[in-house]
Amino acid sequence: MTSKNAVDITVKVNGKEHSATVEPRLLLVHFIREHLTLTGTHIGCDTTNCGACTVLLDGRAVKSCTLFTVQVDGRELRTIEGVGNTSALHPLQEGFKEKHGLQCGFCTPGMIMSACALLEKKPHPTEEDIRWGISGNLCRCTGYQNIVKAVQYAAEKMSASATQS
Amino acid sequence: MIPKAFDYCRPKTLPEAISLLQQHGDAAKILSGGQSLIPMMKMRLAQPEYLIDINQIGGLDYIKEDDGYLKIGALTREADLEASDLIRSKYPLILDTAFSIADPQVRNLATVGGNLAHGDPANDHPATMLALNAEVIATGPQGQRIVPIKDFFVSLFTTALQPNEILTEIRIPVPPARSGGAYFKLERKVGDFATVGVAAQVSIDAKATCQQAGIGLTNVGGTPIKAEKAEEFLRGKALDDGNISLAASLAADDAHPSSDLRGPADYKISMVRELTKRALTKALNRASQER
Repeated sequence: MTSKNAVDITVKVNGKEHSATVEPRLLLVHFIREHLTLTGTHIGCDTTNCGACTVLLDGRAVKSCTLFTVQVDGRELRTIEGVGNTSALHPLQEGFKEKHGLQCGFCTPGMIMSACALLEKKPHPTEEDIRWGISGNLCRCTGYQNIVKAVQYAAEKMSASATQS
Repeated sequence: MIPKAFDYCRPKTLPEAISLLQQHGDAAKILSGGQSLIPMMKMRLAQPEYLIDINQIGGLDYIKEDDGYLKIGALTREADLEASDLIRSKYPLILDTAFSIADPQVRNLATVGGNLAHGDPANDHPATMLALNAEVIATGPQGQRIVPIKDFFVSLFTTALQPNEILTEIRIPVPPARSGGAYFKLERKVGDFATVGVAAQVSIDAKATCQQAGIGLTNVGGTPIKAEKAEEFLRGKALDDGNISLAASLAADDAHPSSDLRGPADYKISMVRELTKRALTKALNRASQER
Protein backbone atom coordinates (compact mmCIF):
# COMPACT_ATOMS: atom_id res chain seq x y z
CA MET A 1 0.00 0.00 0.00
CA THR A 2 1.76 3.14 -1.22
CA SER A 3 0.23 6.56 -1.26
CA LYS A 4 1.03 10.05 -2.39
CA ASN A 5 0.08 12.81 0.00
CA ALA A 6 -3.25 11.54 1.27
CA VAL A 7 -3.93 8.44 3.34
CA ASP A 8 -7.31 7.37 4.70
CA ILE A 9 -7.20 6.44 8.34
CA THR A 10 -9.64 5.38 10.99
CA VAL A 11 -8.79 5.75 14.64
CA LYS A 12 -10.75 5.36 17.85
CA VAL A 13 -10.22 8.32 20.16
CA ASN A 14 -11.66 8.28 23.67
CA GLY A 15 -14.05 5.55 22.59
CA LYS A 16 -15.27 7.34 19.47
CA GLU A 17 -14.28 6.36 15.95
CA HIS A 18 -12.91 9.01 13.61
CA SER A 19 -12.10 8.75 9.92
CA ALA A 20 -9.89 11.21 8.12
CA THR A 21 -7.71 11.69 5.08
CA VAL A 22 -4.29 12.95 6.09
CA GLU A 23 -0.81 13.63 4.72
CA PRO A 24 1.68 11.01 5.87
CA ARG A 25 3.79 13.70 7.52
CA LEU A 26 0.95 14.96 9.73
CA LEU A 27 2.19 14.48 13.30
CA LEU A 28 -0.27 12.77 15.61
CA VAL A 29 -0.23 15.72 18.02
CA HIS A 30 -1.35 18.06 15.24
CA PHE A 31 -4.10 15.65 14.20
CA ILE A 32 -5.36 15.48 17.79
CA ARG A 33 -5.22 19.23 18.38
CA GLU A 34 -6.25 20.62 15.01
CA HIS A 35 -8.34 17.97 13.26
CA LEU A 36 -10.07 16.63 16.35
CA THR A 37 -9.86 19.96 18.23
CA LEU A 38 -8.83 18.10 21.37
CA THR A 39 -6.49 20.78 22.62
CA GLY A 40 -5.84 19.29 26.04
CA THR A 41 -2.79 17.57 24.56
CA HIS A 42 -0.02 20.17 24.43
CA ILE A 43 3.09 20.82 22.39
CA GLY A 44 5.88 21.82 24.76
CA CYS A 45 9.24 21.20 23.12
CA ASP A 46 8.59 19.39 19.85
CA THR A 47 11.88 17.54 20.39
CA THR A 48 10.52 14.45 22.17
CA ASN A 49 11.74 15.73 25.54
CA CYS A 50 8.99 17.32 27.60
CA GLY A 51 6.11 14.83 27.41
CA ALA A 52 3.38 17.50 27.33
CA CYS A 53 2.07 15.70 24.25
CA THR A 54 1.70 12.32 26.00
CA VAL A 55 -1.35 10.25 25.04
CA LEU A 56 -2.20 6.57 25.45
CA LEU A 57 -1.93 4.42 22.31
CA ASP A 58 -3.57 1.05 22.91
CA GLY A 59 -3.03 1.75 26.61
CA ARG A 60 0.68 2.60 26.33
CA ALA A 61 1.97 6.10 27.02
CA VAL A 62 3.58 7.63 23.93
CA LYS A 63 4.69 11.09 22.84
CA SER A 64 2.28 12.13 20.13
CA CYS A 65 4.75 14.65 18.67
CA THR A 66 6.94 11.71 17.67
CA LEU A 67 4.38 9.66 15.76
CA PHE A 68 2.74 10.19 12.41
CA THR A 69 -1.04 10.08 12.31
CA VAL A 70 -0.92 7.37 9.64
CA GLN A 71 0.80 5.07 12.11
CA VAL A 72 -2.28 4.89 14.36
CA ASP A 73 -4.66 3.72 11.66
CA GLY A 74 -6.92 1.04 13.17
CA ARG A 75 -5.73 1.67 16.71
CA GLU A 76 -7.07 3.22 19.87
CA LEU A 77 -6.10 6.50 21.50
CA ARG A 78 -6.90 8.04 24.85
CA THR A 79 -6.28 11.72 25.50
CA ILE A 80 -6.78 13.82 28.63
CA GLU A 81 -10.31 14.57 27.43
CA GLY A 82 -11.01 10.87 27.88
CA VAL A 83 -9.97 10.92 31.53
CA GLY A 84 -12.83 11.91 33.81
CA ASN A 85 -14.85 15.08 33.33
CA THR A 86 -15.76 18.17 35.35
CA SER A 87 -18.76 16.52 37.00
CA ALA A 88 -16.90 13.30 37.76
CA LEU A 89 -13.19 13.83 38.17
CA HIS A 90 -10.86 10.90 37.67
CA PRO A 91 -8.95 10.16 40.92
CA LEU A 92 -5.82 11.52 39.25
CA GLN A 93 -7.54 14.82 38.44
CA GLU A 94 -8.85 14.95 41.99
CA GLY A 95 -5.35 14.24 43.26
CA PHE A 96 -3.84 17.09 41.24
CA LYS A 97 -6.53 19.36 42.63
CA GLU A 98 -6.25 18.26 46.27
CA LYS A 99 -2.46 18.12 46.37
CA HIS A 100 -1.78 21.27 44.32
CA GLY A 101 -0.05 19.20 41.67
CA LEU A 102 -0.11 21.98 39.09
CA GLN A 103 0.61 25.70 38.74
CA CYS A 104 0.49 26.77 35.11
CA GLY A 105 -1.02 23.44 34.13
CA PHE A 106 0.84 23.09 30.84
CA CYS A 107 2.53 19.79 31.68
CA THR A 108 -0.49 18.46 33.55
CA PRO A 109 -2.36 16.57 30.83
CA GLY A 110 0.83 14.75 29.87
CA MET A 111 1.60 14.03 33.52
CA ILE A 112 -1.86 12.58 34.04
CA MET A 113 -1.63 10.37 30.95
CA SER A 114 1.76 9.02 32.05
CA ALA A 115 0.44 8.51 35.59
CA CYS A 116 -2.62 6.76 34.19
CA ALA A 117 -0.43 4.26 32.36
CA LEU A 118 1.77 3.85 35.45
CA LEU A 119 -1.13 3.09 37.78
CA GLU A 120 -2.50 0.59 35.30
CA LYS A 121 0.77 -1.37 35.53
CA LYS A 122 1.61 -0.58 39.17
CA PRO A 123 -1.52 0.15 41.22
CA HIS A 124 0.59 0.48 44.39
CA PRO A 125 3.62 2.43 43.24
CA THR A 126 6.41 3.48 45.54
CA GLU A 127 7.64 7.06 45.36
CA GLU A 128 10.52 5.85 43.22
CA ASP A 129 8.10 4.07 40.87
CA ILE A 130 6.15 7.31 40.46
CA ARG A 131 9.23 9.45 39.82
CA TRP A 132 10.46 6.86 37.34
CA GLY A 133 7.03 6.61 35.75
CA ILE A 134 6.85 10.37 35.07
CA SER A 135 10.52 10.66 34.08
CA GLY A 136 9.44 11.40 30.51
CA ASN A 137 7.44 14.45 31.60
CA LEU A 138 9.01 17.80 32.45
CA CYS A 139 7.51 20.41 34.76
CA ARG A 140 8.97 23.90 35.05
CA CYS A 141 6.72 25.09 37.85
CA THR A 142 6.24 22.63 40.66
CA GLY A 143 9.52 20.85 41.35
CA TYR A 144 7.54 17.57 41.00
CA GLN A 145 6.94 17.15 44.75
CA ASN A 146 3.20 17.77 44.61
CA ILE A 147 2.84 15.87 41.37
CA VAL A 148 4.19 12.81 43.19
CA LYS A 149 1.72 13.45 46.03
CA ALA A 150 -1.12 13.79 43.54
CA VAL A 151 -0.30 10.41 42.00
CA GLN A 152 0.00 8.83 45.45
CA TYR A 153 -3.42 10.26 46.34
CA ALA A 154 -4.90 8.76 43.18
CA ALA A 155 -3.26 5.38 43.76
CA GLU A 156 -4.70 5.19 47.27
CA LYS A 157 -8.15 6.27 46.13
CA MET A 158 -8.18 3.82 43.21
CA SER A 159 -7.04 0.85 45.26
CA ALA A 160 -9.52 1.70 48.03
CA SER A 161 -12.43 1.67 45.60
CA ALA A 162 -11.03 -1.47 43.95
CA THR A 163 -11.16 -3.33 47.26
CA GLN A 164 -14.64 -2.01 47.93
CA SER A 165 -16.18 -3.23 44.66
CA MET B 1 9.43 21.21 12.98
CA ILE B 2 7.38 19.80 10.14
CA PRO B 3 9.05 17.01 8.15
CA LYS B 4 9.41 17.23 4.41
CA ALA B 5 6.56 15.46 2.59
CA PHE B 6 7.06 11.78 1.89
CA ASP B 7 5.26 8.73 0.60
CA TYR B 8 4.19 6.21 3.20
CA CYS B 9 3.88 2.46 2.86
CA ARG B 10 2.94 -0.10 5.45
CA PRO B 11 3.81 -3.57 4.13
CA LYS B 12 2.31 -6.57 5.87
CA THR B 13 5.18 -8.97 5.18
CA LEU B 14 8.94 -8.91 5.18
CA PRO B 15 9.29 -9.82 1.45
CA GLU B 16 6.94 -6.92 0.65
CA ALA B 17 9.06 -4.53 2.72
CA ILE B 18 12.27 -5.73 1.09
CA SER B 19 10.84 -5.36 -2.38
CA LEU B 20 9.85 -1.78 -1.51
CA LEU B 21 13.45 -1.14 -0.43
CA GLN B 22 14.66 -2.66 -3.71
CA GLN B 23 12.36 -0.31 -5.57
CA HIS B 24 13.31 2.89 -3.80
CA GLY B 25 16.87 2.28 -2.64
CA ASP B 26 18.48 5.20 -0.83
CA ALA B 27 15.35 7.29 -1.09
CA ALA B 28 13.61 5.04 1.45
CA LYS B 29 13.97 4.67 5.19
CA ILE B 30 12.54 1.99 7.41
CA LEU B 31 10.16 3.24 10.11
CA SER B 32 10.43 1.03 13.17
CA GLY B 33 9.90 2.75 16.55
CA GLY B 34 10.66 6.08 14.90
CA GLN B 35 11.97 7.54 18.15
CA SER B 36 15.33 8.39 16.56
CA LEU B 37 14.19 8.86 12.97
CA ILE B 38 11.12 11.04 13.46
CA PRO B 39 12.91 13.69 15.56
CA MET B 40 15.55 13.89 12.80
CA MET B 41 12.85 14.22 10.15
CA LYS B 42 11.20 17.00 12.13
CA MET B 43 14.47 18.91 12.05
CA ARG B 44 14.87 17.94 8.40
CA LEU B 45 18.22 16.31 9.15
CA ALA B 46 16.64 13.28 7.48
CA GLN B 47 14.46 13.71 4.41
CA PRO B 48 13.48 10.29 3.12
CA GLU B 49 11.15 10.32 0.14
CA TYR B 50 9.60 7.01 1.18
CA LEU B 51 8.91 5.78 4.66
CA ILE B 52 8.40 2.03 4.96
CA ASP B 53 6.52 1.33 8.19
CA ILE B 54 7.38 -2.21 9.26
CA ASN B 55 5.34 -2.19 12.47
CA GLN B 56 2.61 -4.38 11.03
CA ILE B 57 4.98 -7.18 10.05
CA GLY B 58 4.34 -10.11 12.35
CA GLY B 59 6.91 -12.43 13.85
CA LEU B 60 9.63 -9.87 14.43
CA ASP B 61 9.17 -9.29 18.14
CA TYR B 62 10.47 -12.05 20.37
CA ILE B 63 12.96 -12.63 23.16
CA LYS B 64 14.06 -16.27 23.41
CA GLU B 65 16.97 -18.55 24.02
CA ASP B 66 17.50 -20.98 21.21
CA ASP B 67 20.38 -23.00 19.89
CA GLY B 68 23.00 -21.45 22.17
CA TYR B 69 21.89 -17.87 21.50
CA LEU B 70 19.71 -15.25 23.08
CA LYS B 71 17.66 -14.13 20.09
CA ILE B 72 15.88 -10.77 20.08
CA GLY B 73 13.59 -9.85 17.21
CA ALA B 74 14.19 -6.43 15.70
CA LEU B 75 10.71 -5.12 16.52
CA THR B 76 11.06 -5.93 20.23
CA ARG B 77 10.26 -2.71 22.11
CA GLU B 78 12.57 -1.49 24.88
CA ALA B 79 9.58 -1.78 27.22
CA ASP B 80 9.33 -5.48 26.30
CA LEU B 81 12.95 -5.98 27.34
CA GLU B 82 12.18 -4.31 30.67
CA ALA B 83 9.22 -6.61 31.23
CA SER B 84 11.00 -9.80 30.22
CA ASP B 85 11.73 -12.27 33.04
CA LEU B 86 14.44 -13.85 30.92
CA ILE B 87 16.28 -10.56 30.44
CA ARG B 88 15.81 -9.55 34.04
CA SER B 89 17.11 -12.83 35.43
CA LYS B 90 19.88 -13.75 33.01
CA TYR B 91 20.95 -10.62 31.13
CA PRO B 92 21.20 -7.69 33.56
CA LEU B 93 23.53 -5.87 31.16
CA ILE B 94 20.74 -5.72 28.58
CA LEU B 95 18.22 -4.71 31.25
CA ASP B 96 20.54 -1.93 32.46
CA THR B 97 20.83 -0.71 28.88
CA ALA B 98 17.11 -0.79 28.10
CA PHE B 99 16.33 1.19 31.28
CA SER B 100 18.89 3.83 30.37
CA ILE B 101 17.28 4.64 27.05
CA ALA B 102 15.31 7.92 26.98
CA ASP B 103 12.09 7.67 29.03
CA PRO B 104 9.03 5.43 29.50
CA GLN B 105 7.07 6.89 26.59
CA VAL B 106 9.95 6.54 24.14
CA ARG B 107 10.67 3.02 25.42
CA ASN B 108 7.10 1.98 24.62
CA LEU B 109 7.78 2.54 20.93
CA ALA B 110 11.55 2.36 20.47
CA THR B 111 12.82 -0.97 19.14
CA VAL B 112 16.07 -2.83 19.66
CA GLY B 113 16.48 -3.22 15.90
CA GLY B 114 16.07 0.48 15.32
CA ASN B 115 18.45 1.38 18.13
CA LEU B 116 21.14 -0.59 16.28
CA ALA B 117 20.22 0.04 12.64
CA HIS B 118 20.07 3.83 13.07
CA GLY B 119 23.87 3.87 13.37
CA ASP B 120 23.94 6.60 16.00
CA PRO B 121 26.97 6.27 18.31
CA ALA B 122 24.85 7.96 20.98
CA ASN B 123 22.36 5.09 21.09
CA ASP B 124 22.90 2.69 23.98
CA HIS B 125 22.41 -0.86 22.67
CA PRO B 126 25.40 -0.73 20.28
CA ALA B 127 27.98 -0.60 23.08
CA THR B 128 26.19 -3.40 24.91
CA MET B 129 25.99 -5.60 21.84
CA LEU B 130 29.70 -4.95 21.18
CA ALA B 131 30.47 -6.06 24.72
CA LEU B 132 28.35 -9.20 24.21
CA ASN B 133 29.92 -10.07 20.82
CA ALA B 134 26.48 -10.17 19.28
CA GLU B 135 25.55 -10.91 15.68
CA VAL B 136 23.14 -8.98 13.50
CA ILE B 137 20.85 -10.80 11.10
CA ALA B 138 20.27 -8.72 7.99
CA THR B 139 17.49 -9.90 5.68
CA GLY B 140 17.49 -8.91 2.03
CA PRO B 141 16.28 -10.15 -1.32
CA GLN B 142 18.85 -12.96 -1.26
CA GLY B 143 17.81 -14.10 2.20
CA GLN B 144 19.55 -13.76 5.55
CA ARG B 145 23.10 -12.64 6.19
CA ILE B 146 24.96 -12.69 9.51
CA VAL B 147 27.03 -9.63 10.36
CA PRO B 148 29.28 -9.78 13.45
CA ILE B 149 28.53 -6.71 15.55
CA LYS B 150 32.13 -5.47 15.41
CA ASP B 151 31.74 -5.13 11.62
CA PHE B 152 28.29 -3.58 11.81
CA PHE B 153 28.96 0.06 12.67
CA VAL B 154 30.74 1.64 9.73
CA SER B 155 30.56 5.40 10.29
CA LEU B 156 28.20 8.06 11.61
CA PHE B 157 24.62 6.92 10.82
CA THR B 158 26.03 4.26 8.50
CA THR B 159 25.89 0.55 9.20
CA ALA B 160 26.78 -2.55 7.21
CA LEU B 161 23.14 -2.87 6.12
CA GLN B 162 22.74 -2.65 2.35
CA PRO B 163 20.01 -0.30 1.07
CA ASN B 164 17.79 -3.34 0.37
CA GLU B 165 18.27 -5.04 3.75
CA ILE B 166 16.36 -4.93 6.99
CA LEU B 167 17.83 -5.78 10.39
CA THR B 168 15.51 -8.56 11.56
CA GLU B 169 17.25 -10.05 14.59
CA ILE B 170 20.08 -9.49 17.02
CA ARG B 171 21.52 -12.59 18.62
CA ILE B 172 23.87 -12.97 21.51
CA PRO B 173 25.88 -16.14 22.21
CA VAL B 174 24.63 -17.33 25.60
CA PRO B 175 27.45 -16.42 28.00
CA PRO B 176 29.11 -19.25 29.92
CA ALA B 177 28.46 -19.80 33.62
CA ARG B 178 30.13 -17.24 35.90
CA SER B 179 29.41 -14.35 33.57
CA GLY B 180 28.16 -10.92 34.38
CA GLY B 181 27.71 -7.56 32.76
CA ALA B 182 26.76 -3.97 33.56
CA TYR B 183 26.03 -0.75 31.71
CA PHE B 184 26.90 2.63 33.18
CA LYS B 185 25.61 5.77 31.51
CA LEU B 186 26.58 9.27 32.54
CA GLU B 187 23.88 11.73 31.53
CA ARG B 188 23.02 15.32 32.40
CA LYS B 189 19.51 14.31 33.33
CA VAL B 190 17.27 11.27 33.02
CA GLY B 191 16.32 10.70 29.41
CA ASP B 192 19.36 12.39 27.89
CA PHE B 193 21.78 10.82 25.47
CA ALA B 194 24.97 9.59 27.12
CA THR B 195 27.71 12.07 27.95
CA VAL B 196 29.61 8.80 28.10
CA GLY B 197 28.35 5.21 28.36
CA VAL B 198 30.28 2.02 29.06
CA ALA B 199 29.06 -1.56 28.71
CA ALA B 200 31.16 -4.35 30.24
CA GLN B 201 30.66 -8.10 30.10
CA VAL B 202 33.07 -10.56 31.74
CA SER B 203 33.36 -14.28 32.22
CA ILE B 204 35.53 -15.67 34.99
CA ASP B 205 36.74 -19.10 36.05
CA ALA B 206 36.49 -20.58 39.54
CA LYS B 207 39.57 -18.61 40.63
CA ALA B 208 38.06 -15.32 39.38
CA THR B 209 40.51 -15.11 36.49
CA CYS B 210 39.03 -13.39 33.49
CA GLN B 211 38.32 -15.78 30.61
CA GLN B 212 36.62 -13.28 28.37
CA ALA B 213 35.94 -9.57 28.50
CA GLY B 214 33.80 -7.34 26.31
CA ILE B 215 33.78 -3.56 26.61
CA GLY B 216 31.69 -1.17 24.48
CA LEU B 217 31.72 2.63 24.57
CA THR B 218 28.76 4.93 23.85
CA ASN B 219 28.93 8.40 22.32
CA VAL B 220 32.70 8.89 22.38
CA GLY B 221 33.37 8.66 18.66
CA GLY B 222 31.75 8.64 15.23
CA THR B 223 30.65 5.07 15.85
CA PRO B 224 30.12 3.03 19.01
CA ILE B 225 33.52 1.70 20.03
CA LYS B 226 34.75 -1.74 21.03
CA ALA B 227 37.61 -1.26 23.51
CA GLU B 228 39.64 -4.17 22.11
CA LYS B 229 42.96 -3.29 23.76
CA ALA B 230 41.33 -3.34 27.19
CA GLU B 231 39.52 -6.60 26.39
CA GLU B 232 42.72 -8.25 25.22
CA PHE B 233 44.58 -7.02 28.29
CA LEU B 234 42.09 -8.54 30.71
CA ARG B 235 42.05 -12.00 29.16
CA GLY B 236 43.75 -14.48 31.50
CA LYS B 237 44.27 -11.90 34.25
CA ALA B 238 42.83 -11.59 37.73
CA LEU B 239 40.09 -8.98 37.83
CA ASP B 240 41.62 -7.09 40.75
CA ASP B 241 41.51 -3.33 41.24
CA GLY B 242 44.92 -2.86 39.65
CA ASN B 243 44.04 -4.68 36.43
CA ILE B 244 40.62 -3.08 36.25
CA SER B 245 42.29 0.32 36.51
CA LEU B 246 44.76 -0.52 33.78
CA ALA B 247 41.97 -1.84 31.55
CA ALA B 248 39.99 1.36 32.18
CA SER B 249 42.93 3.45 30.97
CA LEU B 250 43.24 1.31 27.85
CA ALA B 251 39.52 1.76 27.17
CA ALA B 252 39.88 5.52 27.59
CA ASP B 253 42.68 5.45 24.99
CA ASP B 254 40.20 4.09 22.45
CA ALA B 255 37.74 6.92 23.03
CA HIS B 256 37.81 9.95 20.74
CA PRO B 257 34.90 12.10 21.81
CA SER B 258 34.12 15.57 20.56
CA SER B 259 33.76 18.55 22.85
CA ASP B 260 30.15 19.67 22.91
CA LEU B 261 27.36 20.79 25.24
CA ARG B 262 27.79 17.60 27.25
CA GLY B 263 31.38 18.43 28.08
CA PRO B 264 34.92 18.90 26.81
CA ALA B 265 36.66 15.94 25.18
CA ASP B 266 39.18 15.41 27.95
CA TYR B 267 36.42 15.36 30.56
CA LYS B 268 34.63 12.67 28.57
CA ILE B 269 37.82 10.63 28.28
CA SER B 270 38.23 10.79 32.08
CA MET B 271 34.66 9.65 32.42
CA VAL B 272 35.28 6.68 30.11
CA ARG B 273 38.06 5.65 32.46
CA GLU B 274 35.88 6.04 35.54
CA LEU B 275 32.79 4.35 34.10
CA THR B 276 34.84 1.46 32.71
CA LYS B 277 36.17 0.83 36.23
CA ARG B 278 32.64 0.86 37.64
CA ALA B 279 31.19 -1.28 34.86
CA LEU B 280 33.95 -3.90 35.14
CA THR B 281 33.61 -3.97 38.93
CA LYS B 282 29.87 -4.47 38.78
CA ALA B 283 30.19 -7.03 35.98
CA LEU B 284 32.66 -8.96 38.11
CA ASN B 285 30.29 -8.79 41.10
CA ARG B 286 27.45 -10.18 39.05
CA ALA B 287 29.69 -12.87 37.52
CA SER B 288 30.83 -13.93 41.01
CA GLN B 289 27.24 -14.32 42.15
CA GLU B 290 26.47 -16.67 39.31
CA ARG B 291 26.74 -20.33 40.09
